[in-house]
Amino acid sequence: MLDRRSFLLKSGALGCSLAASPLMTPVTLAQAPGDNRLVVIILRGAMDGLDVVRPFGDPLLAKYRPRILGDARDADLDGFYGLNPALGDLRPLWEAGDLGFAQAVSTPYRDKRSHFDGQDLLEAGTGMDVGADARRGGWLNRLLQSMPGAGSETAFAVGRDDMLIMSGKAPVSSWSPDGRLDMSPQARLLLENIYHEDELFRDTSLEAIEIAQSLGVIGDDSFGLSRAEMREQLKSHAQAGHAETLAKFAANRLSESARIAAFSLSGWDTHRGQARGLGRALGQLQAAILTLKSDLGPIWDRTAVVAVTEFGRTARENGTQGTDHGTGGAMVMAGGAINGGKVYGDWPGLSEAALYQGRDLMPTGDVRAYPAWLMAGLFGIEKARLESVVFPGLALGRDPGILKS
Amino acid sequence: MRFDPTKAAIRFGEGLSPDIAPLGRADDLLASLDTDQIAQDFPIRTFSQLSPSYQKLRDLRVAYRKGRDTDAAKDLQRAFRRARGAHNRALLADFRQLLNRSIQSEAPFRERLARFWGDHFTVEGRTNETRFAVPHFVEEAIRPRLNGRFADMLRAVVMHPMMLAYLDQNISVGPNSAGSKGGKRGINENFARELLELHTLGVDGGYSQKDVRQLAELLTGLSINKQYDFVFRPKIAEPGAEQVLGKSYGNDTPDLGDIEQVIEDLASHPSTARHLARKLAVHFTSDAPDASLIAAMEATYLDTKGELNAVYATMLNHPATWSSFGEKIKQPIDFIASSLRALAVPSRVFEGFNRRQLQAYLGGPMAAMGQTWLRPDGPDGWEEEAQDWITPQGLAARVQWALAAPSAFYKSLPDPRDFVQTALGEIADERVQFAAKAAETRREGVGLILASPAFQRR
Repeated sequence: MLDRRSFLLKSGALGCSLAASPLMTPVTLAQAPGDNRLVVIILRGAMDGLDVVRPFGDPLLAKYRPRILGDARDADLDGFYGLNPALGDLRPLWEAGDLGFAQAVSTPYRDKRSHFDGQDLLEAGTGMDVGADARRGGWLNRLLQSMPGAGSETAFAVGRDDMLIMSGKAPVSSWSPDGRLDMSPQARLLLENIYHEDELFRDTSLEAIEIAQSLGVIGDDSFGLSRAEMREQLKSHAQAGHAETLAKFAANRLSESARIAAFSLSGWDTHRGQARGLGRALGQLQAAILTLKSDLGPIWDRTAVVAVTEFGRTARENGTQGTDHGTGGAMVMAGGAINGGKVYGDWPGLSEAALYQGRDLMPTGDVRAYPAWLMAGLFGIEKARLESVVFPGLALGRDPGILKS
Repeated sequence: MRFDPTKAAIRFGEGLSPDIAPLGRADDLLASLDTDQIAQDFPIRTFSQLSPSYQKLRDLRVAYRKGRDTDAAKDLQRAFRRARGAHNRALLADFRQLLNRSIQSEAPFRERLARFWGDHFTVEGRTNETRFAVPHFVEEAIRPRLNGRFADMLRAVVMHPMMLAYLDQNISVGPNSAGSKGGKRGINENFARELLELHTLGVDGGYSQKDVRQLAELLTGLSINKQYDFVFRPKIAEPGAEQVLGKSYGNDTPDLGDIEQVIEDLASHPSTARHLARKLAVHFTSDAPDASLIAAMEATYLDTKGELNAVYATMLNHPATWSSFGEKIKQPIDFIASSLRALAVPSRVFEGFNRRQLQAYLGGPMAAMGQTWLRPDGPDGWEEEAQDWITPQGLAARVQWALAAPSAFYKSLPDPRDFVQTALGEIADERVQFAAKAAETRREGVGLILASPAFQRR
C-alpha cells in the first residue's frame, strides 16, 4: 500500500495521472454547430391549454367553464383566441411576432392520463407502440446525435432533475445553478482514485468536475468552508429552482458554446382553484421567457423557445373550479427566430362529438411536429432523419412555417 | 447468497454505527418491527395531536381578519404571525427527531419502511397549518401499520385529512348530491386516479377512465373539517351505486362502509400484489429487480391476503436480495441519515440547531442533491433509479456535503482510518481504505469515505 507522499508522486500508477486528469487540463471547446439556439421547457403536471390560449370564439368555452374562465375577452389575441392575463407581460412579444402558440396538439399518449407515463413519452419523443424499455433516450439527445460538430457542451440540462429528454448516447452537460465543488487538490486526486472502478461514479464525477471547471465554480477548499460561504451556498440553494434562476443559467450557457438548453417548470396540475394555481405557474413561465430574452441579448433573434407539456386537461371545468387530466393541449413558442403573432394548429371545436371521448380537447396535431420543424430550420436536420431517428414514427406533414423566413 | 448482517444493516437499515451492532438474522429484523421503542425515545406528535395548534392558528387568523380595520389590526396580525412561526418551527424541528431515530435506533428497518411507505403515499401540506405536517401524517397513519395488513394502512391513509386535502378529495362533491347546490360543485378525479395508479393497482393494472370516474363518485363524502379532522359527509356523497372494476358498490344511502369495501377490494387485487411487490423490490434491492424475487413476493402477498410482514420475510430470505447488493444508490435522506449514524452524532448537536442551521447543514444540501425535504415533485414520490440521483450536479452536492458539512456542526470527527471500518466494515475496498490513510485532514478523510461508492451504494 502506498503512503501519502508516494501517492502524489506515483499517482500515474493508479490510473489517474496528473496530465490525464480533467482537473489539470483545459476544457476542450467543441466546435459549435451553427449559431442558432433551441430552448425546451418541460411543463410538468399537464398545462391546461384551453385556459392559456382561450378559444373564446367558441361559445361552448364559456358554457363549459362558467367559474374558472374570468373575463377572457379582455386579452384578445386574434379575434378567436384570448391570452390568459397571467401572461400579460408577454403581450409585447406577441405584438413583435416573437411569441406564438399551437393549440389542440398532443403527444401520441392516450387514455391512461398518467402524468408520469405521459411525461416519459413526451421526453422520449416516441409513439405508444414502442415499449417502455425502448423509450430510454430522449429526443434532444437524438437531435445531438444528428448534429455534426456537437460536443459535450452543446446541450445543457439545467436544474436538479435528471432530464430524460436529454439522456442518451451523445454527451450532454447537466448542472444546477447552485452547484459547486470545493476541495483540496489532494482530495480531488483521492476522490478520482476512489471512483476509478465504479463506472457510474467515475464518469459522473468527471463530468461534474469538467462542468464545474468550465463554469468557474470549483475551488480549492484546503481549509474547509467558512461560515459565510455556507450562508452563501444556502442562499443559492434556496433560489436554484426559481424560473428566473434556471433561465438565467440557461442564457449564460447559450451565450457561450451551448446551442440547446432544457429545463422543467412544475405546478401545472390544477385540479382545484385553477385561476390562482395556473396564474402562478404561468407567472413562472413568463419570467423564464422574459429572462431568456433579456439575458440572451442579440442572440434572442437566433433563438427558439418551446414549452411543452404531457397532455391537456378536460374541456369542462370539474366540480372544484379546476380541471382534470385530459388529452389535447397547447404549446408555447417564443424567441426572435419564431414566426409569432399566430396561434398554430387546427381547431377541432368543443361540441360533444368533437371532443375526445366526450371530455377532452381532440388533438388535431402531433406536438412533436413543431420542435421537429424547428430542428429542420435551426440546425438543418433532414426530414427523413427527423421522422425516423429523432421522433421515430412522426409524420411531419406540411411545414407550418413557425420560423421567421 | 444469504442474509448477511452487515449488508442487511446497510440495505434494510440506516447503515453501520459504532455503537449499535447489526441484527444477526432475517427473523431479528422482522421481530424488531413488533415494538417501537425509538419512537418513545424521540417522540413526534401525530397529526391529530397537532389539532389544538391548528385551532389556535385558525382562531388567530379569524380574529385578525375580523379586526383588520380596527386599531388592533397590527397587534392581531403580529399575534397570528408569531403563532404561525412558532407552529412551523415546532413542526420543522421534528426533522431532527427523525434523524435522531435513524442514528440511534436498534431497529432501523422501521425507519426505512416508514420512509418507503411515506413515499408510496406521498402527501404535501399546502395550508398555513399543514405546510410541515407530513412526518405527523406518517406517524399517525403509516408508522403503526408498517408490518400489518396493507389494507389497514391503505384505509388509514384514504381516510386521513392530509391525503384527502393533498389530492383534493375533501372538496369533491357528488353532482347529484344535496351538497352540489344544483350542480355548482362537483367531482374532482384527482384522488381516485392516483389511488388506482399509484397506491394500488399500478398504471398497467387494468383499470379504465370509467373506473376512475366511478371510483371518484364512490369516494365522495370523504372530507375534513376546519380542525383538520376526518369527517364523512353523506350530504356531498353521490347517491346511487357505482361500478368499479366490474363490481357494484353502494345504493342511494351514502355509507362509509361502501368505501371501506372498495379499499379492501383494491388492496387484495392481484394487480396491487404485483405493483407493491415490484415497488418494494425496486426500492430495497435493485432498479431492475430479479423477476423471481418479485414473483415470490407477489405470491406471498396473495397467499397471506396482503400481510406485509410476510412479504418482507420473503424479500429478506430470497437469494436475489443478497446477490444484488450494491446496486441501489442511497437517496439523499438515506445518505445523510446513514452518515450521521456512522458518525454517531449525539442528539444534543441537533437540539442546538435553529431553523437556519437546519437548512444550511441539512435541508439546503439535500435539496441540492435533488431531494427537497417535504417537497417531492408530485404524488408519485421520489425517483428510484441510480441515474436520477448520480447526476453531475447531484453527485457534486453529495461530495460537497460530505467534505464540508459534518465538520461544520460536529467537532469530534473520528480518525478516518478508524472511521472507514466503522462506516463500511468488511465492504471497505482498498481504494477507500487508502484514501482514509492518505487524506491530509480528518475532515477530508471522513468526507471521502462518505462520498465513496461503497458508502453511497447499498
